[in-house]
Parts: sequence; structure tokens; C-alpha cells
Amino acid sequence: MKNLLILGAGTSGTMMANHLVSKLPKKEWSITVIDQFKTHYYQPGFLFLPFDIYTTKQVKKKGEKFIPKGANYIQKKIELIQPDENKVILEGGRVLDYDILIVATGTKIAPGEIEGMDGPMWYKNIFDFYTYEGAKALRNKLREWEGGKLVVHITEMPIKCPVAPLEFAFLADSFFKNKGMRDKVDITYVTPLGGAFTKPKATEALHHLLEEKGIKEVTDFNIERVDYENNKIIDYAETEVEYDLLVTVPTNMGDELMERSGMGDDLNYIPTDKATLQTKDHENIFAIGDATNLPASKAGSVAHFEAEILTENILRYIKGEPLKAEFDGHANCFIETGNGKALLIDFNYTHEPVEGTFPLPGIGPLKLLKESRTNHMGKMAFRWIYWNMLIKGRHIPFVSTNMTEKGKHFETVEK
Amino acid sequence: MIKTFCKTQIEVKVSEDGYLEDMSQWNEEIAHEIASEIGIELTDKHFEVINYLREKTEAKEPLTIRKVGKSGIVSIKELYQLFPKGPLKYSSKIAGIPKPTSCI
Repeated sequence: MKNLLILGAGTSGTMMANHLVSKLPKKEWSITVIDQFKTHYYQPGFLFLPFDIYTTKQVKKKGEKFIPKGANYIQKKIELIQPDENKVILEGGRVLDYDILIVATGTKIAPGEIEGMDGPMWYKNIFDFYTYEGAKALRNKLREWEGGKLVVHITEMPIKCPVAPLEFAFLADSFFKNKGMRDKVDITYVTPLGGAFTKPKATEALHHLLEEKGIKEVTDFNIERVDYENNKIIDYAETEVEYDLLVTVPTNMGDELMERSGMGDDLNYIPTDKATLQTKDHENIFAIGDATNLPASKAGSVAHFEAEILTENILRYIKGEPLKAEFDGHANCFIETGNGKALLIDFNYTHEPVEGTFPLPGIGPLKLLKESRTNHMGKMAFRWIYWNMLIKGRHIPFVSTNMTEKGKHFETVEK
Repeated sequence: MIKTFCKTQIEVKVSEDGYLEDMSQWNEEIAHEIASEIGIELTDKHFEVINYLREKTEAKEPLTIRKVGKSGIVSIKELYQLFPKGPLKYSSKIAGIPKPTSCI
């Protein structure tokens, strides 16, 4: 009997277990999923929790429910990977041998990287919304907040779901409008990037939306420290931004397990081949989702597209066939813009988001890079799709793994 | 786009925003010219950073401000002092390497 281990039961790990359980011969392969936490969170929901759009119940379920019956599930912390001996050591000393290892340990916030961020004011007037705890604490704060300077801030790139902080700023604008207190709130968007987003076309569209909603932008801001006594963030060039309420996206880092095991880069992400998803140092170790160092967005949609290619590559690897170098960096994200509307963007390693229709070329019904109510409905429907189709590894109709260029308005096709 | 550096009269290919397209066309004189356009006078310390950036780019390692800060050559604070306002953007431009794309 051979062993395939999956580390992490988040979006990627759960999807891989569901894909592989039906593809690998049961008599030859045993599949085991390991994760230290019992709850599986619907992470896109953390954006809506602070504004009371989603309830806490809508964003969490018991993780074990989504692990297929044919796979083993161990709820334990992973202590160490010993890649040269093909072993994984769990907390308490239990040793698991593997023939194939899939690392899906994700990324998490590391507020301790910035001086003063997770100090005495953490969850008092400094919040994150990338964790369940942060989003919930922020919800309680927003329920009673009487206004002032709201600063929405990104610490450094890369971050999970790079559009989320923008969405947060847009939703905050409509949240305060609906509460009849928009005039009491000053919203500033502070980013280390040169503009609102990482891709030029989308940056232009998003910049207009920020302007339209009266949200100020501070760009090229590389934070050095939070002066929590005087409510200011200060960057390396000594620029200061004052806040009454700071909503920050702290530095994102891969799991510390990578550092302990000597497998990560300086942010604990695993060097991974961007087309095959095989790790660069070990041929029987594959990585997926936020845990990799791929130059793609850290997002559930990316993990979903990766899972289909990784499944095929695992099967090829087992048969001794060459791997398919096919992952193109495809990402597909809804961007909530407030007031019941949303944008949709679709892009990959080489093509930036442009206007057009999705998923059916020329038909839609969703429009790319344009605000619409249909896009918002799409985002809201996605929660159901996530729990019922996506993590169960079911194919989503009409949405292809590789990005299609049809129905899109490219001015020039890049290299 | 072709750019001619006036002092050296060297012609190099540059991108729309002025980054060298072929890092092998770079030399120290070009570095000095780009730097003076930005308003930076290059010292030995600048060149230590520039050489580090070129080495890492040749090795195809992605560059970030965090990475330079851990290089042992300069701290992030010092990098800002050497290349004010655009620590990675300006240092990359002067080093003759592509515009950093650490942002995804």
C-alpha cells in the first residue's frame, strides 16, 4: 500500500482529497489529510462579516464534513516535514511515511512583522479582517463606531486576495452611507503599490471608483511602524498617515512549518514550478494554493484551477509519465464595489484583466471589469457554489481551467 | 524604445517607463546617467546594492524590498536613504534590470 499525504484541509487540500479519492485505485493508495483545526472557514465571507452582511454561522462549518469518505483525516498539528526521508512528523511524535506529499498549508497574517501593529491597540482600534477573529472583532467595533478617520491599509505584497482591501473600502463607503453617517467618516486607502491594484487596466477602473466614492488614495507607502500611541502609521520615507480606525492587511506568510522544515523562501512559501506545481527541490512533493511561491494571485479561484491540473499531474507522476506544464496562472475574482454591485476580473500570468463577457464569450451573463448587479449576484451565489461544488472538487460548468481569450477586449496580446 | 545616453553616446533598448530591456547592455556609466536623471549621486554603497540586484536577477530570483533588507548589505531603512521615494523602483532602474514585479 502506498501513501499520499495532504497537509492542510483548507480550500486546496480539501479539493485535492475530493479529486484524488475517485481517481486513485483504492487497493494501492491510501490518502490521508492532516490539519490542526476543526473548522473550515469560507474565507471570502470574512469581507462581509464586519458589515453584518454575513453572519458568523454562514462562514464556518466543521472541516471533517468535506473530507471524502475514502480518505483518512487526522486533526493534529504538523511538527516537521523530513523531505529527504519522505516522512512527516506530527505533534506528539507520530511519524507518517509518504510516497507522494501535497503541501496545502496556505498563508496567514503575520502582524508581528511590523512594530506596533499587534501591540496593545490590536483589536481595539487596529484590526485585520483576514481571520475569523479579526473580522468578528471589527464587526463589533463598526456596530458602535461613531466615525472619524478610517484607514484601509496593505502592509506588503504578496497578500491573499489582493482585491479584498479595495472591496473593504468600497463596502465601508456604502455601509456608512446606509447608516446615514458617511459625512462623519473620512476613508483613505493606503497601499505599497503605485496604484489601486497590481494590473494597469484594472487599476485605472478601480481608481475611478475610489474617486467617485470620495475615497482618498496614498500610494507607494511602505510601512515601517505603527505609532499606536498617536494613532499614526509611518513609512520608511517618514510619510505619516493618521487614523482613528486602522483596518490593515498585515504581512502574509506561509506556514511556519516550512521554516522549521527548511523548505520555504523568506516568506515561508515553497518554491514551486509555476506550470506543473511540482516543488523545485523534491520530485515527490507538490504544492498548491496559497502555500506556493507562484507569481499568481493567492485566491480560491486560482487554487480551484490548480487543483484540476495538479490532479492530472499526480496521476502522470504515478505512471512515470512527464508532467503537464499547463497551469497558466488563471485567476477569476469578483470585486464588490458596494451598493449591491460588483466587478468581475479574469486574468492569468501573461494577460491582465480586460473588459469583455464571462463565462460565455460574447454572451456573459457576467461582464468583465464593469460594475453590475449581476456580478454582485454572482459573488453572493458563490458561497453556495463554494460549499457545495468547489471544495468537493466538482467542475463548475462553462468555467475552463485555462483562461480563455475569447469574448475579451485585448488591445495587444502580450508575450 | 531606443534611448541614447548623452554623455556616453550609448544606445540601449528601454521600456516605456525607462527600464533597460537587456541587462547586458548596462555599465557603470549608464548607471550614473540614469541616477543623475532621477537626482541621485551614486556612492560605493549604491553600487553594492546595484550589484546585488543584478546578481539576483541573473539567478532569476524575484526581488522584494524585504529581500534586499535581509541581504546583509543594507537595511530597508538604509535602502530608502540611498534611493529615496522609490527604493526598489529606482534601484532597479539604475541597475539596468526590469521593473520589479513583486506585486501580483
